[in-house]
Amino acid sequence: MTITEFNIASASWFRPELVLTAGILLLFLLDLGWKKSRHRVLILTLGALACIGIAAGCLAFQPIESRAMFNGMIASDRFATFWKWLFLAAGALTVLIAARSDEFTSPRIGVFYALLLSVVLGMFLMASSLDLLMLYLAVEMVSLPSYAIAGYKPGDRRAAEASLKYVIYGGVASGIMLFGLSYIYGLTGSTSLSALGVRLDNLAMPASAGGQAGLRVALMVAVIFVLCGIGYKIAAVPWHMWCPDVYEGAPTPFTAFLSVGPKAAGFALAIRVFYSSLASSGGAEGVARGLTDVPWPAVVGVLSAVTMTLGNLSALHQNNLKRLLAYSSISHAGYALMGLAAASRLGVQSVMIYMLVYLVMNLGAFLAVIAIAQATGSETIADCNGLAHRNPLLAVTFAVFLFSLTGLPPLAGFTGKWYLFMAVLDHYAEQGGGWYVTLAVIAALNTAVSLYYYMRIARAMFIEKPAGELVVRPKVTYQIMLGAFSAALLLFGIWWNPIVDWTKASLTFMTRG
Amino acid sequence: MISQQNVLSWATFFPLIGLALILICTAARYFLGLSRHGLDQLARITGLCASGLSFACSVLAWVWFDPAKSGVQMVQHFTWIKSFNIEYLMGVDGLSISMVLLTGLISFVAFIASMPWWGSAKYTEMAGMTEHEHDDGHHPKHFSVRMVPGYMCMLLLLQTGMMGTFVALDMFLFYVFWEVMLLPMYFLIGIWGGPRKEYAAIKFFLYTLVGSVLMLLAIIGIYYNSHAAPLADGTMSSGHTLNLLALAEQGKQGVFARSAAIFGFAFSKIAFIALFIGFAIKIPMFPFHTWLPDAHVEAPTPVSVILAGVLLKMGPYGILRFNYPLLPDATQWAAWVVALFGVINIVYAAFVCLAQTDLKKLIAYSSVSHMGFTLLGMSAMTPAGISGAVFNMFSHGIISPMLFLIAGVIYDRAHHREIGRFGGLAVAMPEYAGITGLAFFASLGLPGMCGFVSEFLVLSGSFPTFLTFTAISATAVIITAAYYLWAIHRAFLGKLNPVYKDYPDLVWRERLVLYPLGAIAIVLGFYPQAILGVISPTLIQLISGLRPM
Repeated sequence: MTITEFNIASASWFRPELVLTAGILLLFLLDLGWKKSRHRVLILTLGALACIGIAAGCLAFQPIESRAMFNGMIASDRFATFWKWLFLAAGALTVLIAARSDEFTSPRIGVFYALLLSVVLGMFLMASSLDLLMLYLAVEMVSLPSYAIAGYKPGDRRAAEASLKYVIYGGVASGIMLFGLSYIYGLTGSTSLSALGVRLDNLAMPASAGGQAGLRVALMVAVIFVLCGIGYKIAAVPWHMWCPDVYEGAPTPFTAFLSVGPKAAGFALAIRVFYSSLASSGGAEGVARGLTDVPWPAVVGVLSAVTMTLGNLSALHQNNLKRLLAYSSISHAGYALMGLAAASRLGVQSVMIYMLVYLVMNLGAFLAVIAIAQATGSETIADCNGLAHRNPLLAVTFAVFLFSLTGLPPLAGFTGKWYLFMAVLDHYAEQGGGWYVTLAVIAALNTAVSLYYYMRIARAMFIEKPAGELVVRPKVTYQIMLGAFSAALLLFGIWWNPIVDWTKASLTFMTRG
Repeated sequence: MISQQNVLSWATFFPLIGLALILICTAARYFLGLSRHGLDQLARITGLCASGLSFACSVLAWVWFDPAKSGVQMVQHFTWIKSFNIEYLMGVDGLSISMVLLTGLISFVAFIASMPWWGSAKYTEMAGMTEHEHDDGHHPKHFSVRMVPGYMCMLLLLQTGMMGTFVALDMFLFYVFWEVMLLPMYFLIGIWGGPRKEYAAIKFFLYTLVGSVLMLLAIIGIYYNSHAAPLADGTMSSGHTLNLLALAEQGKQGVFARSAAIFGFAFSKIAFIALFIGFAIKIPMFPFHTWLPDAHVEAPTPVSVILAGVLLKMGPYGILRFNYPLLPDATQWAAWVVALFGVINIVYAAFVCLAQTDLKKLIAYSSVSHMGFTLLGMSAMTPAGISGAVFNMFSHGIISPMLFLIAGVIYDRAHHREIGRFGGLAVAMPEYAGITGLAFFASLGLPGMCGFVSEFLVLSGSFPTFLTFTAISATAVIITAAYYLWAIHRAFLGKLNPVYKDYPDLVWRERLVLYPLGAIAIVLGFYPQAILGVISPTLIQLISGLRPM
């Protein structure tokens, strides 16, 4: 088969991405077309949803088998499919939220949808790239439209600041990552992730076996640089500084998306790079075995502990709901990193379960914030005062999201945490290592810390007296979504067999091209 | 419909059904044409019925329980989450059946005490229970007429959590029920509580959550160090098990004593400490006890009743359910430390009681003191000691609700609880003075009432093992008598303070709960065998082979 034939053959496994690409172009056209129509928002929303729907259909009917496409650039495997479903869900829900939001005026919503779908497409590629170049392009594809949307509110100083901060941080982080990738290429002479594992094995040999110490240092630096790019995407400490400002300044529906979508994509990428592709011989230890004397899982473990602790402590005194949720999302990245630190199949599975649950509860929490902001005009904790009297449904569902984020059973947030703890302590039980127990203890104490700030909101809603006679009546779409999200959290807190089975089945990687 | 296999599930989930009904009625209020008052009444009736049915189920379980048989009874068992060996496993042995009965009873009492009914007109006016009265801060509305459906829902959820904790025999299930208790408690204190309710509520929540996450880690650690055991569907579990009965069997064989060490410390000792801290916070054991006085002082009366009557029993129950059977080696290793903390609880809290001016705070600290006897008794590992410890859980579960109800009686009338501001109440309210005397004497351990039996058993049981500790604890009995008698002296005797001369004596609302509890306290004082005969066989089996190191 020639290269061209191979590429054409690959396209049949690339249909969802193609649909999304077509959809993005179509949305731009639609946006130009119905400038004056009264039903403009409705048409554009339906267009965006249809595009996501068709992409989902293609994803559902496309044969699932592990194969490398486009000459080893992109993988098609169950692992990537799992994340694609997640991204599509995040995209569709964000479209629904944005459609009824006040933050997007009718003339500007079409471009937003198109940019949002480009981010989704970028995330698709992030979860499935098999090549360093592809990986970098995918990360940029997610970042660039995000910069634009972060500053989407015209004439808003906070939005401008958010966008600028985002661009600068993003630019530096991806630059460093690219630098790291160039090192890896220089060391191994290949950009293909599947070839890297073997070559790195040879490089990382201890000196006694003929390895060169200098190369190992170079490799270490390179991996740290790559980690930096990924850490920025998932907003892990110390690359989290952009997060609160961007979350506060960006339009809230997009903040909601940003807090779940790109974060999940970052984890997908991290798993593929560190767990699957860089694994020495398809083993369970990931980089740990490839780079013999650098304890990478321990490094990730330290990152995890620092991230969750700093995120939680910073959230304690936030009064702006969006900033509070921003810091909370940093801490949740920290929790999820625990699964990565465990560097086992169970660890990867627990990250997947956690991101799935986190998607629902965090979108729900932001949705509640949007509903509150629509009624009160601002988004501080004080705006929640007496919400239980003003709108019991909103108060109760928001409380469900908050308790789920805390990780209280019988809500799905607890299921996610349970698996993360399981993964970390499994590592201790199988291979020893008190550090894993320490990590688990730190995470456990963090749970208690996080309770305090989540309960501050719950307290305002249920205990404080209402500030005025303000009626809060969320839009019907929002009410349905709030109810559905809470019901899902409760259901998956009590019975989560399907999630476990699905994630377990999705642990098939395309590693060797 | 209700059989031996599912009676425990019914007892656990009747309150939850009631909760669902209340929620449906609230949501459909406009369709049903209910007024706010009508909805309140409906919620009260539903709550009372659901709790009553749960109580009836627990009595039924008590009747069906056969003390002569060893092992757990009335087991309900099926697989829940197969991939992680999580099962739905409920059952009772001699230890838990007494707690199930107590939970059913005390919850029902709390529900009766939550109703604004059965009071005289004057009393109702005084307590602020009249529906139309507006909240002007000076005469705050009584908790029983504020946000009634929400209150009933929370109380029902709490009852489900408590009942479930005592009957769950799968570690995961246990943990879920354990955590389910936290939220309703937070809101019950935080919404319907006193002036510093928010502080008290979050303090309670944070303390117990820290304890329970440590417990969660210990649970997962134990899971990974366990061996496989059969599941409900007959297959073997994959690798490990969460089944507490199987784990107890493995603990006896020393499986966890041989587990891999953490930083050079034996796994079983670390797991013991993590579990113990989680349970000790609930007891509450010195130095983790400071949440209790705050929570009690701010909580409305029925919540205090549940808190003191049932929630504190979760701590010792957990220790006897987890630490003793699963980690016998660590339990023996830590026994004298546990006993030491028990003695500190008894003596320290008794002295703190002497200094209290708030009646409810005094009763709260007396709970801390009395729970110390349970710690001392269980750590002695003698038949009398451990039976006394669990009997103390039961008798304290009868007496301390009485005490809190008594504090509620005077608070509803005077809207303060400063002992020093009362005086000569016995003249104005003779019946109240009488029942208070009964409860105080029961609590300080007067022979003929259940407090005496438990203290006697604990002290005589721990005497052979911990001579010094027992001697020190015995002196605290005198302090206990001192603070109770002094409180009676200040509040009830002497010259009547004219402010209180028109106070109505007990009303039926209060008699309905105080007299039955008082009767139980006396009956158990003369016939403790009713409880001891059921719990002792299980407990003696539990400590067989154990000796403090």
